[in-house]
Amino acid sequence: MIRRKLEELFVKLLMILATILVVGSFFLIVGTIFSRGIPYINLDMITKTPGGGFYIGKEGGILNAIIGSLYIACGATILGLIISIPVALYINLYIAKRDFISGTLRLAFDVLFGIPSIVYGAFGFLIMVYFGLRASLLGGIIAVTLLVIPIMVRTLDEVLRTVPGELHDAALSLGATRWEMSKVILRQVKPGILTAILLSFGRGIGDVASVLFTAGFSDNIPTSLHEPAATLPLAIFFQLGSPIPEVQGRAYASALILTAIVLIITILSEVLIKRFSKHKI
Amino acid sequence: MTTTPHISVQHLNVTIGAQQVLKDISINIPNKKVISIIGPSGCGKTTLLKSFNRLLDNVPDVKIDGKVLVDGEDIYAPGAEITHIRKKMGLLSQRPYPLPMSIYDNVAYGPRIHGSPKRAELDELVEKQLKATGLWNEVKDRLKAPASKLSIGQQQRLCLARGLAVEPEIILGDESTSALDPISTAIIEDLFIRLKEQYTIVLVTHILRQARRVSDYIIFVYMGRIIEFGPTEEVLLNPKQELTKEYVKGFIS
Repeated sequence: MIRRKLEELFVKLLMILATILVVGSFFLIVGTIFSRGIPYINLDMITKTPGGGFYIGKEGGILNAIIGSLYIACGATILGLIISIPVALYINLYIAKRDFISGTLRLAFDVLFGIPSIVYGAFGFLIMVYFGLRASLLGGIIAVTLLVIPIMVRTLDEVLRTVPGELHDAALSLGATRWEMSKVILRQVKPGILTAILLSFGRGIGDVASVLFTAGFSDNIPTSLHEPAATLPLAIFFQLGSPIPEVQGRAYASALILTAIVLIITILSEVLIKRFSKHKI
Repeated sequence: MTTTPHISVQHLNVTIGAQQVLKDISINIPNKKVISIIGPSGCGKTTLLKSFNRLLDNVPDVKIDGKVLVDGEDIYAPGAEITHIRKKMGLLSQRPYPLPMSIYDNVAYGPRIHGSPKRAELDELVEKQLKATGLWNEVKDRLKAPASKLSIGQQQRLCLARGLAVEPEIILGDESTSALDPISTAIIEDLFIRLKEQYTIVLVTHILRQARRVSDYIIFVYMGRIIEFGPTEEVLLNPKQELTKEYVKGFIS
């Protein structure tokens, strides 16, 4: 009896400790970014491009990186969605019958999911070299799209698998074609699609390795797809590498802005997910 | 059976994976009657039902051999128009699965995919089918509300209305009342009895009392074979086969 009670106590303690560790690290990270970044946050940071270059400049802001990151993350998320939804639908609703093929495809996406982003960056770079492209917004979007597609496909796949087969039957028995049925299923998984978007956006906006060679860096806001674009993670990297303390401090301010963007997107999607779940059965 | 059969099954064999689920099934389903398929769990009743509207096609590793004629047309013939076949039959599954949209859109879904009816026509049709399933008075003020907000019993009637809206000839019910409370069950059973004036109704059920209450004919399936087929009272009260006797008395289940 006493052994079971001790065991219960021990396991409970372990869970509490682990939770404290995780929550503690979270607050430590956010706290550090806040305490170091807040002194450097001002209106200029989010409304102006850098003055006097990134390594040495203390003036201006990081609007170029904010805009660049948003362009790349949004572009990649949209492109990724356009490619991932058909793939996920195909695996789940069109060939689910042939378990071998769908199994192989799932394995392939699992592998792609695990590939480090620098590999996508290098691959994107190779494509650009082949086509003679410079580092550009377009290159960045392509590399990040490659990065987020496996995330999206896997997320959508999981969500689609939770849809009961009876719902498929319900639509089919009314004489729906496979595509008409797919549209019904898509309505059902709308909240899941939003989750996929959120995950991809978060990953896309925060990733540095995939955009390192492909998007390049620029102090200006890109005005076309063929111009190099700055990104927030790279901006933080460059600012931290500066010998000037003020510029280093601006790195934390940039990190704070990046975190805030992700937070806003997360809260926004939570609200939307609730609204989208209205008709879910 | 004086009229021509509505569904005629001829030497139907179905294997799923390594298991033969249906063995040499031949049967004629009469027009505008209620037919109950009874039998122990796993005997193939649902498989038989799903072979009628080719939902069986979606089961992994399925092999279907034989003929199923609906209105004299072989639905498994190459080139048979599958959406056209399914449109002829409304399906009522075990649990109600309303489509993830409003009450109105659920009923309007079928007519919308099969044509582009005018708004007024749709309104009329939705009202007609919701009345036919006794749901109109309960939902007429909230047609735009999500179908998922209805009670399970109401959802099942909505699914029936949705099926009727594509103007089928046949209604297939797969243990359609097994998730429902007694009152909702009684409502659905009454609906079946009323609807047989216009439709042929095939029900899978494991509730013998229900089979007795609603059906004109009973098919008893055991281990993938049809053991007995005949008028309800005859099969239940005076079965010809030993297996049917044992099942009806509750010896095998």
